[in-house]
Amino acid sequence: MPPEPAQSFAVTLRVNGQSFETEIDARTTLLDALRDRLHLTGTKKGCALGQCGACTVLLDGKRVVSCLMLAAMAEGREVTTIEGLARGDELHPVQAAFVEHDAFQCGYCTPGQIMSAVGAIREGRAGSDDEIREQLSGNLCRCGAYANIVAAVRDAATREA
Amino acid sequence: MNAIIGQPVSRVDGPAKVTGHATYAAEFDLPGLVHAAMVVAPIPRGHIRSVDTAAAERAPGVLAILTHENAPRLPYHQIPQRPQVDAQSGEQLHVLQDAEVRFNGQPVAVAVAETLEQAVHAAELVRIDYARTPALTIFDPARGRPPSEGNVKAGRVPELGRGEAEAALAAAPVRVEARYTHPREHHNAIEPHVTIAHWEGEHLTLYDKTQWVDNDRKEIAHVFGIPEERIRVVSPFVGGAFGSALRTWPHVTLAAMAAQRVGRPVRLELTRRQLYTSIGFRPHSEQHVALGATKDGRLSALKHEVIQQVGRYEEYAETVLSPTSHLYSCPNLLARYRLVEMDTNSPCPMRAPGVVTGVLGLEMAMDELAVELNIDPLELRLRNYAETDEQKGLPWSSKELRACYATAAERFGWSRRRPEPRSMREGDQLVGYGMATAIYHSDRSAATASVALTGNGGAVVRSASSDMGPGTYTSMTQVAAETLGLPLEQVRFELGDTNLPYAPVHGGSVTMASLGNAIVAACGAAQKKLADLARAAQQGPFSGLPSEAVAFHGGGLARADGSGSVVPYAELLRQHNLGWLEAEGSAQPGEETKKYSSAAFGAVFVEVRVDEALGTVRVPRIIGAYDVGRVINPKTARSQCIGGMVGGLGMALEERADWDARFGRVMNANLAEYLVPVNADIGVTEAIFVPNDDRNFNPLGVKGLAEVAICGVAPAIANAVWHATGRRIRQLPITPDVLL
Repeated sequence: MPPEPAQSFAVTLRVNGQSFETEIDARTTLLDALRDRLHLTGTKKGCALGQCGACTVLLDGKRVVSCLMLAAMAEGREVTTIEGLARGDELHPVQAAFVEHDAFQCGYCTPGQIMSAVGAIREGRAGSDDEIREQLSGNLCRCGAYANIVAAVRDAATREA
Repeated sequence: MNAIIGQPVSRVDGPAKVTGHATYAAEFDLPGLVHAAMVVAPIPRGHIRSVDTAAAERAPGVLAILTHENAPRLPYHQIPQRPQVDAQSGEQLHVLQDAEVRFNGQPVAVAVAETLEQAVHAAELVRIDYARTPALTIFDPARGRPPSEGNVKAGRVPELGRGEAEAALAAAPVRVEARYTHPREHHNAIEPHVTIAHWEGEHLTLYDKTQWVDNDRKEIAHVFGIPEERIRVVSPFVGGAFGSALRTWPHVTLAAMAAQRVGRPVRLELTRRQLYTSIGFRPHSEQHVALGATKDGRLSALKHEVIQQVGRYEEYAETVLSPTSHLYSCPNLLARYRLVEMDTNSPCPMRAPGVVTGVLGLEMAMDELAVELNIDPLELRLRNYAETDEQKGLPWSSKELRACYATAAERFGWSRRRPEPRSMREGDQLVGYGMATAIYHSDRSAATASVALTGNGGAVVRSASSDMGPGTYTSMTQVAAETLGLPLEQVRFELGDTNLPYAPVHGGSVTMASLGNAIVAACGAAQKKLADLARAAQQGPFSGLPSEAVAFHGGGLARADGSGSVVPYAELLRQHNLGWLEAEGSAQPGEETKKYSSAAFGAVFVEVRVDEALGTVRVPRIIGAYDVGRVINPKTARSQCIGGMVGGLGMALEERADWDARFGRVMNANLAEYLVPVNADIGVTEAIFVPNDDRNFNPLGVKGLAEVAICGVAPAIANAVWHATGRRIRQLPITPDVLL
């Protein structure tokens, strides 16, 4: 038998510099909390198994797949999602490069790709095309925009450097 | 005239997609939204003996548990003219309507609860006792039978050909013959299939992942026996589909059923595992190709038999014989198509359905023939170039395949290829060059669009089309902007809603050839309406002029003789006290299908590196040149082509559903074990468009390019692996264990 469900309880999540208090079920993943409780639907659900990377966010500046983390575990930590990158109407350099290089088609894996790229650039792991390919291989793109993703990340990494 | 068509403009919906503000089906925030989770059958065939939902119903937050015992009986009316996207024979799954289990993974219950976690938990508490009966879970080609009447009528013919293939093959001086197989493959779009169903009284709104909102509405109207007018389907963004969202699957019915039962909007999102059974897939296929040729490499006989798996409750079949029928010049041809029934969920179209399969066998066999003849593989294709469609007996509406071959070969450096296998090396890697031809028939369908000229000087263009990724939003905006003579920024295109004018299916590469021409017509209709008003006016520069004395250019109306100034749209609207003016236009196929055969073409060249110690195949370069007619947007078109290359690479080297015949189940139903290409698998992918403008096919001159882009890639890679290693691997995917 599956375990009996736990009670729901209140958590405070820090997302994109803002605090959100929300009532969650103990089993709620960070991904589902972002999408269904905070209505920050830019973070995508692709597999819910940590295999596709669509739900990638930054947790205290580091890349994590938010489907493999319970929301409760994110309490007291700083979550950055795709909605937290642009400054007003001004796109983050990685976002702008993705548009410029057409680094997506359907757009569904895109927020995860961009968050991974932002993380990789910050960590200094986007130094060559091969390194970009390797660092972004946890983010599946079924439309097959990989060549354009590499071009976009290289472009953004160069501009930021 | 400002040229906007043909410009590599960035996607108009790009900023929405990169900021997370594009709203996909699961993301509509409805007050009172609750969640559903499916229970699926774990046996391939049998029936449900008993259901125990007591524990599930008692679980916290649960609103309803639906099973075949308590689900509403739905009429499932037949659609008089069955949509082409549906299986053409048999009967679709009538979900929760009886106790029968027809395949492993069939939905047998659905739990509805306040939260997703509660729904998932409740679904796990449903106890079902099954009686298993013998199932057909083995693909046995000996059981192959022709497609049934419904499919034959839809063009999925059991046989086609010309001349005397058997006799010609027996008499041929040179012959090759081989069998090729590829496994069941799954679309695995990153966005799962999902539906939000919301009833307001007798009216149903579906926020759904679909490539065809109009058909989604029609299907659900027939399933529930309610008028189409009471249903609205909304689908502004689709997170990839590749054919999986063409037809309306049982979970859409389940969501609507559940929402009706609980009186709240319900979201039903399939899990990744459920995506291997609750929607379709590319069927497992085995094919046999026999080629006969003269010693100078002219085809004298072509035999091709394709055998595919099919579900038992309904029959999905594909146009697998289409490429064989007309890709090469050959006087004697016999192609045959057979289906093997299995207890599985039904297959369905997946990018270039059927054609990618037929091209695979034919293009691998052509490579084997080239070896047998000791002729360069490219030269062999040129010697058998089809100047006409010899099966239909029609000229091509246009064909620039020779230019594709020449352009791609030059760019690739094909002349550096040494003909002998294992003759090229770099370090400890064997280097292989391979090539293949790509083809996909071009079709168009009736489409309608509206254009509203607005008081602020812009235009809003609308049609119930879809954009699963090719860039429909952008390319249609370009077509409208150029036709109206407005800057791109002043035109907005809306799609993905049944409240908008009718659009055909967003599949089969038909969207631009169909809807693009409707938009041109709608722009013309709006302009005519406005010009008529201006000419009928009591005063003003166009008062009383005959229609031929005025013309639109540069964003407004002017005298056709060039005298006087251009009066912008907004000014004309103001003069007639109109806030906006709207008109509809439509386009449909005409006589061209009787006069011409139309297809998109391509030539694909690849380089592989094989490490014999590890059995690995890397693909540093894929170069393709394509004749897709006119290219509306080279930037998004290129993305489609390189995406097709990635899909083809997956087909050649990675993708395989591992089928367990004991349970009739895919054992690797997740993205860690069903391998798809990742970024590090991809080297240089380059697409070149050869100039063409096919006005014989349609006024815009486009042919369609999504499907052709995946065709030819897998055989080119397999052929390159032969060239690198001297080993002809005829079973895809070519994984390290096969090469070791």
